[in-house]
Amino acid sequence: MNKTELLPHLFRTEYRKIVSVLYKHFGFEHPEIAEDIASETFLSAAETWGLKGLPENPVAWLYAVARNRAKDYLKRNKIFDQKVTPILQSGQPDYAEFEIDLSDKHINDSQLQLMFAICQPVLPAEAQVSLALRILCGFGIDEIADAFLSNKATINKRLFRAKEKLREEKVKIEFPATPQISKRLQAVLTTLYLLFNEGYYSTSQDTTLRKDLCLEAMRLTYLLIENELTNLPETCALMALMCFHSSRFDARTDEHGEMVRYDDQDTSLWVDELIHKGKHYLELASKGNQVNKYHLEAAIAYWHTVKEDTIDKWESILQLYNRLLQIAYSPAAALNRTYALYKARGKQDAIIEAEKLKLNDNHLYHVLLGHLYKDADNTLAIAHLQTALKLAKTASEKTRIKKDLAQLK
Amino acid sequence: MNEFLLIFRQVEENATESRSPEQMQATMKLWMDWLGGIAAQDKLVSNGNRLYNGTGSVVRPGNVVTNGPYVEIKELIGGYSMIKCDTLEEATEISKGCPILLVGGNVEVRQVVPMNM
Repeated sequence: MNKTELLPHLFRTEYRKIVSVLYKHFGFEHPEIAEDIASETFLSAAETWGLKGLPENPVAWLYAVARNRAKDYLKRNKIFDQKVTPILQSGQPDYAEFEIDLSDKHINDSQLQLMFAICQPVLPAEAQVSLALRILCGFGIDEIADAFLSNKATINKRLFRAKEKLREEKVKIEFPATPQISKRLQAVLTTLYLLFNEGYYSTSQDTTLRKDLCLEAMRLTYLLIENELTNLPETCALMALMCFHSSRFDARTDEHGEMVRYDDQDTSLWVDELIHKGKHYLELASKGNQVNKYHLEAAIAYWHTVKEDTIDKWESILQLYNRLLQIAYSPAAALNRTYALYKARGKQDAIIEAEKLKLNDNHLYHVLLGHLYKDADNTLAIAHLQTALKLAKTASEKTRIKKDLAQLK
Repeated sequence: MNEFLLIFRQVEENATESRSPEQMQATMKLWMDWLGGIAAQDKLVSNGNRLYNGTGSVVRPGNVVTNGPYVEIKELIGGYSMIKCDTLEEATEISKGCPILLVGGNVEVRQVVPMNM
């Protein structure tokens, strides 16, 4: 890796570690300090390395600078008076107060504890995801705005409010007590699931960014798996779901960043290694005696990695959607269930069920109906696709619907 | 939006006969398809439960307890689910797809009266 590539790469990998540890150290009472110090550290790396060339060990250099800046800050600041002066006066200087611990273990622990701290039900879900992207993944405001199809001002406001809220609520950066871990973990898993979906189902044309979101969600989930307190069946189920889905990531978009429908995907682009990993985690996930939506969604995602288009495959997917909908309704799951019903039992049955859904404002609903009525009643099929075209929000969706229409006319 | 309790009644001889695992699986699938279809319309409140039809008891005033299910009535409650929709007509329409009807049973559809606490 050359000099120009190295710093952005290190920013990606190290910024979040430094920020997590500093947050852990300073807490939410001083939310801007951690990010300021981390940013300054990289700024001074950019300046110094540009002038003097690369240090022998760039990561160690960054950690040393971050440590020193944190120390300087402590010395200059009220914190010094509150925390350190009494210690000095007691005649037993405890320099641990000054030391920013950047060992691997402490970095991992800080990141996990921050995950629990950020994933608070007191914050709206999107604020949790934005904070996770900013603090735990080191994403820039631009990138977060892109991911949410929003703008910088909105994201800045959202982050500011979220941190204020955490400060007001006096949220501590620590592990929940062991009996509470399982309950608190649900909020963490939900946020990671949303983070992954933000990347996987995003309509953003920026495929690299979308892939990054998915990878980050997987990296954070992996942190949970590595820690025995949080390595629970549902964590493995979520990981399995992410592995199966991401195995098809490259097959889902064409060279123009347009979505490729499942039936049209080039299966040679599916990544076997990830499918294999997914199976491994799904097996670990089935050790418990509970089935939650991550288990069901992981099993559905598994069946989607099976290349043979058989009745058995779609019947299995249908039954999994039947169960999923009973515990967690979503319009997408309702539409996918109907599609599986069509694949397993034919258009007649699927049309009857589709007509009951009445998701009239959902463009994908009309795309599905257009698909089901094709050949049986082309006039109706065209009418549904034209409605879908009116309702579709993005250019790439409109393009795809136009293609469908062209096939019918 | 109102809630409706669907009470599934079955005929006694059908309820107690033993069935092969394959038959049970086929029946299970019918139920899952029906409930999945209701859930896909976002009209399922609760799967409810199936009731054990081996033994039960009936408690009457004056500490009179008899073994249930009833022998004098040829139907017994096999389970219940809860759905939500606007009208009784709609709830009735949904109930027409219930698999209990395929084995001679019936569905009683009753509107839930909300408690004003």
